[in-house]
Amino acid sequence: MSADQSLKGRKVIIHDMCLRDGMHAKREQISIEQMVKIASALDDAGVPLIQVTHGAGMGGNSLQHGFAPHSNEEYLSAVVPKMKQAKVSVLLIPGLGTMKELKSAYDCGARSVHVATHCTEADTSPQHIAFARKLGMDTTGFLMMAHLNTPEGLAEQGKLMESYGAQTVYITDSAGYMLPADVKARVSALRAVLKPETEIGFHGHHNMGMGIANSIAAIEEGASRIDASVAGLGAGAGNTPLEVFAAVCERMGIETGCDLFKLMDMAEDLIVPMMDHMVRVDRSSLTLGFAGVYSTFLLHAQRAADCFGVPARDILVELGRKKMIGGQEDMIVDTAMTMARERGLLKLAAV
Amino acid sequence: MKKIRCALIGSGNIGTDLIYKIQRSPVLEPVWMVGIDPESEGLARAREMGLKTTAAGVDGLLPYVLEDNIQIAFDATSAYVHAENSRKLNELGVMMIDLTPAAIGPLCVPPVNLKAHAEKVEMNVNMISCAGQATIPIVYAVSSVQSVSYGEIVASLASKSIGPGTRANLDEFTYTTSNAIEIVGGARKGKALAIINPAEPPMMMRNTISCLTDAEPDQARITASVLAMITEVQKYVPGYRLVNGPLFDGNRVTVFMEVAGLGDYLPKYAGNLDIMTAAATRTAEMFAQEILAGTIQLKPLEVA
Repeated sequence: MSADQSLKGRKVIIHDMCLRDGMHAKREQISIEQMVKIASALDDAGVPLIQVTHGAGMGGNSLQHGFAPHSNEEYLSAVVPKMKQAKVSVLLIPGLGTMKELKSAYDCGARSVHVATHCTEADTSPQHIAFARKLGMDTTGFLMMAHLNTPEGLAEQGKLMESYGAQTVYITDSAGYMLPADVKARVSALRAVLKPETEIGFHGHHNMGMGIANSIAAIEEGASRIDASVAGLGAGAGNTPLEVFAAVCERMGIETGCDLFKLMDMAEDLIVPMMDHMVRVDRSSLTLGFAGVYSTFLLHAQRAADCFGVPARDILVELGRKKMIGGQEDMIVDTAMTMARERGLLKLAAV
Repeated sequence: MKKIRCALIGSGNIGTDLIYKIQRSPVLEPVWMVGIDPESEGLARAREMGLKTTAAGVDGLLPYVLEDNIQIAFDATSAYVHAENSRKLNELGVMMIDLTPAAIGPLCVPPVNLKAHAEKVEMNVNMISCAGQATIPIVYAVSSVQSVSYGEIVASLASKSIGPGTRANLDEFTYTTSNAIEIVGGARKGKALAIINPAEPPMMMRNTISCLTDAEPDQARITASVLAMITEVQKYVPGYRLVNGPLFDGNRVTVFMEVAGLGDYLPKYAGNLDIMTAAATRTAEMFAQEILAGTIQLKPLEVA
């Protein structure tokens, strides 16, 4: 039996990332008006879950991750009341965001949360996952940079998150590094150990052009939730482009409940015109995928390149070599300064 | 020379590393190690290193406090049990150095405010967090030159150096450190971020400190103040090192630091462990010197 037949009738929950991962691609500069407009269009197109926060989630407003023009609470309070069917979700990375901030997001109407840790550090999330469940939120454990852990290792980490109360566990390809076989091995390893009622999700980045193929591979192995973003608006080369994914699902008979043509129109009329740069596979974003570097590092590396005269690609490759992970954006400037000094482009102010 | 006798509570990474630091001290002597698991590696190691041990928690130590003349205790358990530990030991006149994020006593960063705490004979001082010890001296070095509206620190820690207690309670770490950036560091608003990196070989502890000054930063004075502070911290943590900066960008001042440990209990990458235990030891030494000189006297705390 071919894959398209075997997936016929499978139900998949699409989770849009435009207004969270997309914040990275906009240097966190999305207005409340744009948020409401885009979320309303997604709601109207039948997308069931929409993530709305600073790109780094709860507590993200910082020198490290950039300041958005508004607080997470302001965005949520503007978007949530406008939703007719969609549920609004948030991102929480322990070590950056706290339970206080999650409670505040809940009070503004957020009802679903991705609790995210690096793929080997699930045990930094027990209090946050338990607290989200206590609030009654749809709770996901989100294992980032999943290419840096083995399928067996990820299965163990996923099992931990399930034990804390996560109802869904995500394989998160933050670097857009994985190929379909990598995704299949990881999703099937998770499926083998998680309870049947625990869902599995996949969050892709399109740095190697694999967003759609990887998402389908995940579904073949039992994933039932897919993160995607209309027109791919997200970090690096963007997330799995939602309208393209919806079209592929429709051809394969996978049921998403989304209106394909409305999503296509949205991509063309709303999202692409608001992009500051074309979110696509280019030299820098391909470097991220190829070297396995956190997608959010892209614009930071370009800024550091402009400041210190070291090419962004060199900085990204060095960050990959030093095994820097999500959240270590400060190490981009540090690495660029050290490289610039080694190349005689910068004198140390003081030793 | 006479030494002040100490008890260590909590036989995890921090407690075990403390044994090494205290054994080297000219004025402190580690006498007891308190744990809760008779099979724990930490208690076994403490016995090997010549300490008396109990696996019955603080209650297992209390009957011996007076006969063994314990005057200073270090608590490296968790924020949740610290208050009770502190109350029981303070009642017996034991001064408490708190290495948990409980922060019921005043916050202490040795080169910033240790002397003031010793003069007041505080019976409980809190050491904030490893990230706090590594970054707040720099925030203070900037804020003592000119006013800082916002201080933000990012601590990157090797996964292998972070024990189960810290992992399960990351929010407490965040709250305590953010608060201390304001209270001790002198920034009007503080924010702390922690990243746990599992790279192999393990990465050295890194800290990035950013301050927003109200007025345009006085580059020369801030640089001098930061360098002087680094020298102060190096007196008790020799591996505290400037990697890049101070970098000036508008009103933003950024300093990139690295902390190498002495490699006592965990290897050198675990500078976070060292800066915490070294700061706690330095704090205890300051109190010990005053006790030995007779300038301060510890008294049992009356508890209502």
